[in-house]
Amino acid sequence: FPGLADVSISQDIPVEGEITVPVGSHSPDEDYSTLDEPVKDTIVRDLKAVGKKFVHVMYPRKSSALLRDWDLWGPLVLCVSLALMLQGGSADSKDDGGPQFAEVFVIIWFGAVVITLNSKLLGGTISFFQSLCVLGYCVLPLTVAMLVCRLVLLAGAGTISFIIRLIVVLAMFGWSTLASTAFLADSQPPNRKALVVYPIFLFYFVISWMILTFTPQ
Amino acid sequence: MAAPGAAGGGGRSGAPAAEWGGFEDNMQGGGSAVIDMENMDDTSGSSFEDMGEMHQRMKEEEEEEAEGEAGAGEEEDGEFLGMKGLRGQLGRQVADQMWQVGKRQASRAFSLYANIDILRPYFDVEPVQVRARLLESMIPVKMINFPQKIAGELYGPLMLVFTLVAILLHGMKTSDTIIREGTLMGTAIGTCFGYWLGVSSFMYFLAYLCNAQITMVQMLSLLGYGLFGHCITLFVTYNIHFHSLFYIFWLVVGGLSTLRMVAVLVSRTVGHTQRLILCGTLAALHMLFLLYLHFAYHKVVEGILDTLEGPNMPPFQRVARDIPVVSNPVLNTTAKAIALTL
Repeated sequence: FPGLADVSISQDIPVEGEITVPVGSHSPDEDYSTLDEPVKDTIVRDLKAVGKKFVHVMYPRKSSALLRDWDLWGPLVLCVSLALMLQGGSADSKDDGGPQFAEVFVIIWFGAVVITLNSKLLGGTISFFQSLCVLGYCVLPLTVAMLVCRLVLLAGAGTISFIIRLIVVLAMFGWSTLASTAFLADSQPPNRKALVVYPIFLFYFVISWMILTFTPQ
Repeated sequence: MAAPGAAGGGGRSGAPAAEWGGFEDNMQGGGSAVIDMENMDDTSGSSFEDMGEMHQRMKEEEEEEAEGEAGAGEEEDGEFLGMKGLRGQLGRQVADQMWQVGKRQASRAFSLYANIDILRPYFDVEPVQVRARLLESMIPVKMINFPQKIAGELYGPLMLVFTLVAILLHGMKTSDTIIREGTLMGTAIGTCFGYWLGVSSFMYFLAYLCNAQITMVQMLSLLGYGLFGHCITLFVTYNIHFHSLFYIFWLVVGGLSTLRMVAVLVSRTVGHTQRLILCGTLAALHMLFLLYLHFAYHKVVEGILDTLEGPNMPPFQRVARDIPVVSNPVLNTTAKAIALTL
C-alpha cells in the first residue's frame, strides 16, 4: 500500500464500528475446572485411580477400567521402585553391579513399546498408551516378588532361600503374564492370540530373570 | 477495507508465508475474521509478542533483500490505523491460526514418516505358519535348481532375535560374565540385533554383487529363521556345560540351519563362483557366530574341562564367582555320568 504510507492517525482516536471477530473455540479450561481445586484433591483422586488399577491387576477380571482411563503413574512408580530395589547387586569389582537403574528403566519401557508395536502390527485394536498402561501395571506382581526376594535374602543366601525365591518369582511371573494377557489378548483377532502372548511372556521372563539372579552385596 | 486488506495482506505475506506452508490457504480460504496483515507489526499489547516480532523480522529481511534499504517504513506502518483495542485479540487470533497450521503440518509429517502401517504386511502371519516356518528352517531343501520361495515375514525373525537375547542373558548370568564397559542387557541386545541386521545387510550387498535374486526383507527373514538353530543350541548348552555336547550340537543343529539357508541362496543364484562366494560367506559367518556366542559367554567348569578339553582350552576365560545356583551342578553331573556310561 504505497499510497497510504504517509497517513498517520494519532493514537487516542478510537476506532468505531462493528467488527465481529469470531473466536474459534472456547478455551477448554472452562469445561473442567480442575485447575482451581486444591492440590490435595487432585493428588487424592489420582492416587485413588492408581490404587483401583492395582486392585484390577491383582485380581484380573475382564473389566475395561484399566483400558478406558489409562494413566502412566502406576507404571512409573512400579518401574522406579523395581529399578531402585535392583540396585546394589552383587559385585566383586565396582564396575559390574547388578543391572543399573537406567538399564532396568530402559528395558521395561523399551520392551513395553516393542510389545505394543507388535500387537498393533498384528492387527490389535488397542491404542498405544493403553497397552503401555496395561503392561506397566502388570509389573506389580513382579515388584512384589522383588520385595519378597530382598526380604528372603536378608535372612541368608543359601539353597533354601534360592528355592523359595525361585518359587515366588515363578508364581509372580505367571501371574503377571496371565494378568496382562487377560487385558491385551481380547483386543486381538482370536487366532493370533498366541503371537501376541509370546513377546509378553519373553518380556516378563527377562524381568523375572533379573529379579531372580539378584544377589545383594 | 476488509477484502483488499486481506488480499493485500495475503499477497504481501507471500514470501514469509511460504516458509509457513499453508498459511496463505488459511488466510484467503477460511474464516470470517477480519485481519489486516500489516497491523501485526506492532507487538506492544499483543499477547503473542514473539510471533509478531518474528513476522516483523521476516518482513524486514524480505524488504531488505528486495530493496536494500533499512526497514524504516515498518515502524510507521506499526502505528497505521492504530487499532489499539483490537491488538490483543488480533494477536491471539493470528496465534491461533498459526498454531493450527503448525499442527496440521506436524501431523502430516508424522503420518508420513511414523506410519507403522508400512510394516503391517510383514507381520501378517498366523501361529501355524510361524510354527511351520520354524520347523522348515531346520530342513535343508533338495531342489537347488529351482528358486525356492522365501516368505518375507518379520514377526518370526524378530521374536527369534529377542529369544536369543533372553537366552544370552541367561547364559551371561550363569557364567558370571563381567562386562567392564556397558551392561549385560546392552551387550546382549547389541550382539543379537547387530548380527541379524548387520549380517543381513552384508549378505544382501554380496547378493547384489553376485546377482542373486533376493530382497532385503527376504534376507532378513532367512537369516532370522536361521537363528532358530542357534537358539536351540545355546539353550541346551548354556545349561549343560559339556564341551563335546556343544560341538555335536554346533555341527548338527547349526549345520542343518546353515545348510538350509545356503541351499535356498544357492537356488536363487546363477554361476558357480557367485554361489561359492555367497554360500561360503554365509556358512562361515553363521557357524562362527554360534561358536562365538558359546565361548564368549559360558561358564568354565574346571572339573569337566580338565578331563575332556586339555589342550583345547579357550583363550578367554571368565573368573568364576560363587553363585547360589543349584541347577547347574546337578545337570553337569548328570550329563557327565551319562557321557561316562556311553
